[in-house]
Amino acid sequence: MAFSGTERRRAEEIVARYPQSRSATLPLLFLVQDRDGWVTPQGIEDVADFLGLTPAVVLGTCSFYTMFKLSPVGKLVVSVCTNVSCLVNGGPQLHEHLRREYARSDDVFIEEVECLAACDRAPALQINYDFHGPLTGEQAVDLIERHRSGELTARTISGTATGGEV
Amino acid sequence: MAQETPVVTRFMRERPDDSWQFESARAYNAAYTRLERAFAMGPEAIVEAVQQSGLRGKGGAGFGTGQKWSFLPKGVFPRYLCINGDEGEPATFKDHMLTERDPHQLVEGAIITAYAIQANHAFIYLRGEFALGADRLQQAIDDAYAHGFLGKDIGGSGFDLELVLHRGAGCYIAGDETGLLSSLEGERAMPRIKPPFPAAQGLYAAPTVVNNIETISTIPWIIANGAEWYAGMGVNRSTGTRIFSVSGHVERPGNYEVELGMTFRELIEGLAGGVRDGKRMKFFIPGGASSPWLLPEHLDSPLDMDYAGSELRTMLGSGAITVFDETTDPLLVSWRLAKFYAHESCGKCTPCREGSSWIEKVLYRMVNGQGRPEDLDLLLSFGSNIVPGLNAPFAQTTICALGPSTMSHVVSLDRWFRDEIVARLERDTARRTSLEIVTVSAGADA
Repeated sequence: MAFSGTERRRAEEIVARYPQSRSATLPLLFLVQDRDGWVTPQGIEDVADFLGLTPAVVLGTCSFYTMFKLSPVGKLVVSVCTNVSCLVNGGPQLHEHLRREYARSDDVFIEEVECLAACDRAPALQINYDFHGPLTGEQAVDLIERHRSGELTARTISGTATGGEV
Repeated sequence: MAQETPVVTRFMRERPDDSWQFESARAYNAAYTRLERAFAMGPEAIVEAVQQSGLRGKGGAGFGTGQKWSFLPKGVFPRYLCINGDEGEPATFKDHMLTERDPHQLVEGAIITAYAIQANHAFIYLRGEFALGADRLQQAIDDAYAHGFLGKDIGGSGFDLELVLHRGAGCYIAGDETGLLSSLEGERAMPRIKPPFPAAQGLYAAPTVVNNIETISTIPWIIANGAEWYAGMGVNRSTGTRIFSVSGHVERPGNYEVELGMTFRELIEGLAGGVRDGKRMKFFIPGGASSPWLLPEHLDSPLDMDYAGSELRTMLGSGAITVFDETTDPLLVSWRLAKFYAHESCGKCTPCREGSSWIEKVLYRMVNGQGRPEDLDLLLSFGSNIVPGLNAPFAQTTICALGPSTMSHVVSLDRWFRDEIVARLERDTARRTSLEIVTVSAGADA
């Protein structure tokens, strides 16, 4: 499997922005992550094929960055900040609350992250890279559930606006 | 009463509901009208004006912006402009706001800067997590292309510019200027040894300028109002204004743009409302997680970008001020910062790769009641292999400044809270020893 016609055109557009094609590695990884729901071995191979790199080189870059998920994460990635401003405003407690609540969930992935640059809203979190805060545990669960039910529209797990472009 | 001096934050306050939209920026902020003036000045005069304004980088290092531009080797093309929006320094949230709420100011600054340094290709490296910021900035770039402010022969000046928004993917060290270049080239965001400096060999080994988003957003105003206007604000070698992100235990956390030279007290107590819930301040971090901490007794010091060599031995860094009240455990804050650096160390230099995780491990046991009386000295002992001398301005055994940053909070613990911490470690050790006597003797009885 390689890029489909539409994906190939999209990938060509992305590569054309850069003087050297390898610079398109991160945007193309977002592209395959959105296509497959996580960065699959096939996704790595597709990016490598398209850029004329080896899969090992692409994986080496990919695994350095936290926004690329190398195993399935479901539909919603919830990133909870626990760095210093959130630390003293209940961030770790918020993270723990959500971690327990969604421990068995296949479609909601709770992760602890470093400072999200939203310290004026501490404790802050992101749902598929949309910012929310300050939130209590209950408010956060309610918000996640409203995304889950489709009442609120989430971005992709790469933070791409739904229906938009990478 | 302390007051803000809004320059780059002025328009977003005036039009909070649509400041990011092209029509609004054009109608109410005269967006892109400074281009004409810039093109009339010519590249050299712009570099000269920015040098005269005293503008210094607002990302953290505080290097002279015009000076940086002047380092580009003459006659070597192509050149690149890379704008650093990878804001990841803990407690800093100004570039996030500037991108979401005034992207046209940024694009206009990018065009003027690229023209000044004669680059025809510019990149804005935006932190990947800023999804809304990316949407709005891309829209702003698209609008600027549609109206002839980007692309070929901008405004009949003969100057061409391609401006590309590049999203990061979750990584602190991409905010280091050479880490950013590695990342933009499609690699792991590992910093590079200098020299060669980016001005000589940067992106694709071509001459490159890397400037922060807030720095670039300031450029249109220096063009519009003149170098003297900007140089007339501020204090000493710190001219103009800066946005300070104030957070932690304060009444009104937020971004405040003030003239440099204002005191920490005016900013924290006057503008941000002081420590909340009637509590007292224990300490504050004056310039992002990488800056050594200060105490309430330092609140009357002015906001000045040249503290490193002074008695305070800290820095304004990224302009992030985090305030902690009297109930805060400094060891807990220190451990959390250590955990951050251990996670974000790229692994290229041994002292930082190994040291950062050992610092985290030792602080973890200290904060959890398992510390030993000699632990603070232990940290200082191996930490001095990362930061020889352990004092600001930091020396380093690593390629980039993440190395010394791993120790700035530990140095602060030692400097301000040594007695308190050592006493606590002695108590913890005594408690464990008595527990041991009880359990061992209980075991012996059985």
